[in-house]
Amino acid sequence: MTDLLTPVLTANWGDERAWKLVNYERVGGYSALRKALVMEPADVVGVVKDSGLRGRGGAGFPTGMKWSFIPQDNPKPKYLVVNADESEPGTCKDMPLMMASPHTLVEGVIIAAYAIRAAYAFIYVRGEVLHVVRRLQQAVREAYSAGYAGRNILGTGYDLEIVVHAGAGAYICGEETALLDSLEGRRGQPRLRPPFPAVAGLYASPTVINNVESIASVPAIINGGADWFASMGTEKSKGMTIYSLSGHVNSPGQFEAPLGITLRQLLDVAGGIRDGHQLKFWTPGGSSTPLLTAEHLDIPLDYEGVASVKSMLGTKALQCFDETTSVVRTVLRWTEFYKHESCGKCTPCREGTWWLVQILKRMEAGHGEEGDIEKLLDLCDNILGRSFCALGDGATSPITSAIKFFREEFEAAMHTPAWELFPYERSTIFVREPAAATTSAGAH
Amino acid sequence: MTVTADAKTGDELAPREDLVTLTIDDVEVSVPKGTLVIRAAELIGIDIPRFCDHPLLDPVGACRQCLVEIPDAGNGRGMPKPQASCTIEVAPGMVIKTQVTSPVADKAQHGQLEFLLINHPLDCPICDKGGECPLQNQAMSHGNGETRFTDVKRTYPKPINISAQVLLDRERCVLCARCTRFSEQVAGDPFITLIERGALQQVGIYERQPFESYFSGNTIQICPVGALTSAAYRFRSRPFDLVSTPSVAEHDACGSAIRVDHRRGIVMRRLAGDDPEVNEEWITDKDRFAFRYGRGEDRLTRPLVREDGALRPASWPEAIDVAVRGLAAAGSSVGVLTGGRLTLEDAYGYSKFARSVLGTNNIDFRSRPHTAEEADFLAATVAGTGPLWGDWGVTYAELERASSVLMVSFEPEEEAGTVFLRLRKAFRKKGLTSWTLAPYLSNGARKMGATLIPTVPGAEASVLEHLPADVVLDSRSVILVGERAAQSSGALSAVLSLSQQTGARLAWIPRRAGDRGAIEAGCLPNLLPGGRPVSDAAARIDTATTWSVDAVPSLEGRDADEMLISAANRELAALIVAGVDPSDFIDPQVAIDGLEAAGFVVSIEARASLVTERADVVFPVSLIEERAGSFMNWEGRHRRFEVVIEKNNSMTDLRVLSALADGMGSDLGLRNAARARAELLELGRWEGQRPAAPRIEPARVGRPGHGTAVLATWRLALDASRALDGEGPLRATARTPVARMSARTAADGGVDGRVIIGNDRGSLTLPVEIVPTMTDGVVWVPNRAPGLAVSEHLAASAGDIVTIGPAAQPDAEPVDRTGAGS
Repeated sequence: MTDLLTPVLTANWGDERAWKLVNYERVGGYSALRKALVMEPADVVGVVKDSGLRGRGGAGFPTGMKWSFIPQDNPKPKYLVVNADESEPGTCKDMPLMMASPHTLVEGVIIAAYAIRAAYAFIYVRGEVLHVVRRLQQAVREAYSAGYAGRNILGTGYDLEIVVHAGAGAYICGEETALLDSLEGRRGQPRLRPPFPAVAGLYASPTVINNVESIASVPAIINGGADWFASMGTEKSKGMTIYSLSGHVNSPGQFEAPLGITLRQLLDVAGGIRDGHQLKFWTPGGSSTPLLTAEHLDIPLDYEGVASVKSMLGTKALQCFDETTSVVRTVLRWTEFYKHESCGKCTPCREGTWWLVQILKRMEAGHGEEGDIEKLLDLCDNILGRSFCALGDGATSPITSAIKFFREEFEAAMHTPAWELFPYERSTIFVREPAAATTSAGAH
Repeated sequence: MTVTADAKTGDELAPREDLVTLTIDDVEVSVPKGTLVIRAAELIGIDIPRFCDHPLLDPVGACRQCLVEIPDAGNGRGMPKPQASCTIEVAPGMVIKTQVTSPVADKAQHGQLEFLLINHPLDCPICDKGGECPLQNQAMSHGNGETRFTDVKRTYPKPINISAQVLLDRERCVLCARCTRFSEQVAGDPFITLIERGALQQVGIYERQPFESYFSGNTIQICPVGALTSAAYRFRSRPFDLVSTPSVAEHDACGSAIRVDHRRGIVMRRLAGDDPEVNEEWITDKDRFAFRYGRGEDRLTRPLVREDGALRPASWPEAIDVAVRGLAAAGSSVGVLTGGRLTLEDAYGYSKFARSVLGTNNIDFRSRPHTAEEADFLAATVAGTGPLWGDWGVTYAELERASSVLMVSFEPEEEAGTVFLRLRKAFRKKGLTSWTLAPYLSNGARKMGATLIPTVPGAEASVLEHLPADVVLDSRSVILVGERAAQSSGALSAVLSLSQQTGARLAWIPRRAGDRGAIEAGCLPNLLPGGRPVSDAAARIDTATTWSVDAVPSLEGRDADEMLISAANRELAALIVAGVDPSDFIDPQVAIDGLEAAGFVVSIEARASLVTERADVVFPVSLIEERAGSFMNWEGRHRRFEVVIEKNNSMTDLRVLSALADGMGSDLGLRNAARARAELLELGRWEGQRPAAPRIEPARVGRPGHGTAVLATWRLALDASRALDGEGPLRATARTPVARMSARTAADGGVDGRVIIGNDRGSLTLPVEIVPTMTDGVVWVPNRAPGLAVSEHLAASAGDIVTIGPAAQPDAEPVDRTGAGS
């Protein structure tokens, strides 16, 4: 069964102290950098373009094409910014990568910066994960001492400064232009586009912003070649990627496999849904992607496959929920997250999430009112595609998809509290069935 | 409507090359490239609702109210989602569907308005904005009739002060960021910003830096809801009870358009008028908030005459008789001081009265430091120019188009706020290069991106003669010279010759609303109306003919300083004084001595003052809001205004002068402002030889010795001005008075913390602010901070040497050296 997996980025995660430079070099680390530095920068862009690598942060924009948008005749400095502000609910791929093998990212950063002729690269890490920040800083220090970063890298005359920047705890700063504002020292709020970051990004200069996993994939592509990378995955979604399984799964964790694998296959690797339970619903790529149900177990998890069932691949954060889970409650928790994280810049997201939470809270308590479901759907219609950035759009996904698949639970919320329909302790991993089921009354 | 030009209509409407044609709601429209969709729609009469959008602010796209559908972006492809029309520029072939033709856009707009209202209080009945509120109006026009929000609104404690003047009701705020963008972009005072996030986002201030901007009131006016209110107007009246009258601001020489809102004969508030050529949509806080100065107990209501040494109320006929007797006795030995606050028409009345009734050229509007060089400069270059006479010199628009600007003795933010805003706009939008001759780079100059040319006060002329090599002026450059240049001998001569050498155009910017008009009216000892030199016989004949008098006096008169000194020496028998404050002169004591020694003083004033106290006859005249007239702004632009508050028997300066003339057996022929204006225009401007420009050699500047410094000083926009009387909250937003000097000057003077600045006349004590750009050996002080007027304490002007030394901390306990019990 495990031959479904293709560990590339995760290959060395189990090694002894994989995060140390010597151990990374022992498994071939920084050989891609040596290879790239004797290539023309444009050729490096070409290889990444040919590989078909698409952005792993959710949108799936071709990485090589993004790099080629950088106007090389612009006299301003060029910047590479790595988006390591991983905060999407359920997503846990960049943090473990940076913890286990930070040099994979650092090597990718240097190659990518070389390709776009940047002299400065920034890694914007989510501020809450201090342990990751420290490990990354340590790795960057090691790379400097080994001559992989700083002045005259490996004697080639190429200079690159790498800055690890810790954010201050805002989901919105994962939005690329808000990230740039935050990196510049301002309040993180999305910027008006155009101008696009490729033209006027960080400090109004041409800037490439890539997800951690996208950049970390670059050394493997340089070493293995575009054809090797493109041999994995599906027609339009090439290569391998990290799927994060969480929730009611026997062995949750990160699984690296070619794009296009199905949840059924991944669940087999992960030991299946917890014993005695069945899959009820799941998210393909974090809470901002419309949720799916057991009937979608066999759709290929690539950009096109998930889009074909009106959802999105997103960050490949596969949150799995079994039949003990209240959809209303889950959706409320997610919506509370969006309300808390809405930056406040635009009306629909700011006011809409505030309102949605109030309705869903009533529904969780069984105090839904007639027309609430239609109201929820209509409010989502007034948010989706009307907000300034994708945060507002994402906030509507769980609600509209949940109503689509589980409308009867929302109807039940007109009269029965969710904790009575779905005693909450039954969803916990420490529940001892069936004893716990009898003590459910009023627990919430 | 297709905006295209007909070639036959003239040069100004030559067809534009850069028009873009698009279709909005099935109507084809051509607009200039770069136009935003929301404004293109306005051109065909489609009003897309909006909150954050403002034509003078950068687009932000935050409120999402102006969503429209774009089925074709001009490239054959439609946009999948509705777009904010305030952020999208037009493109050729673009197709736009607004709420008029698109159900999607209409629903999106209704949805956004509903979102904005869920957290907005229903306190319209007690809200200042109710009745003129864009949110209220657009909720009616683009909102749902009934609410479906049954949950809990966000609330905040009400209200918070973001400055002494501006208050914020956070729950009303729709977070459109107009106020924060105005402050950052237009005023350059980013003291307010959005803080927190989500629905708790709110406008906030840095706790140690309140919203002290000279332009803060504009944020209240552009707030699309009632979130920002002023301490001055909050809860005072309802918009629908107000009568609005367009007028012109009287506090500086900018000529800003204002709207005066009044109720039952009392002005309740003033707003910026919309005049794209002058002030766009902005005014200073002083123009907005300072209008109650005539409501104090010092307002004069009845004529006063002096009897047995004391002033007593008198009837108008009696007072006129007394004044006529006094003036008749003085003959032509009279001086006329008119000050800088008169309308063009009133100034013309004084000018004619002095010449044709009194028979003297002793008339001067300059109640401030002045010189003969300045009078010559004004006669040679300023008088008889400007739009009133059909030629446009430097205008606001020209400032924006200038290739570079050189400022001499001029601090726009303090002395001409609207000029400041325009220069800052030119800097922000077009990267205008500017330089300022000043002792240090003021905050205002920094906000305009000006480069400092360090200048010790008094050395302006020699600095102008040896400008740094990178100061390049050409025919598209503008030199702006402030009235303070008169304090520096040779400066105005040097400015003129620089302008002649480089071809750069020159504009003189005074500080008061009436200054420019007074020159045109001939309120100078060397000038008759229309820029006619007194010394020119043809000019005098011109004037005498129009006035139907035998002759006008041929000798140039005394200037203001000379008149006061002459009066003190009893060489002048009488003075007529209008709108002059002795503390405006370098040495107020000289003015007071002159007033006290003069045989006979007639004061024509609205409020009791040091002058009225010393007058023999006082005539109370109406406030500016009670009379019609005009100001000429620094451009020479004629700014007419009508009566705002109709008062019975409102006495103007012209009526007083006419009555005096009648009593003295002459007919002034100026019954009202319209007549005075018509006569001035009939007289026309001087077409003959212009007087020669002054050629004064640069002054030699003394070097300050140990423990001394050169004094630099100018008036701040908000200071102890009597125009601010009754405006506590406005005064509270004034700059904290400090003395500025370089670290080296402070060290040399042994100064730390507080400085005592002195001379043989007295001293001033102020906290010290070390300014890195300050020229060594110079100390700057605000000219008239409350209780700290330079004229009263030092009787010194810029360029004078003063002593500096350490002063005790104010909070230090006085030490009792006498010992307990003694």
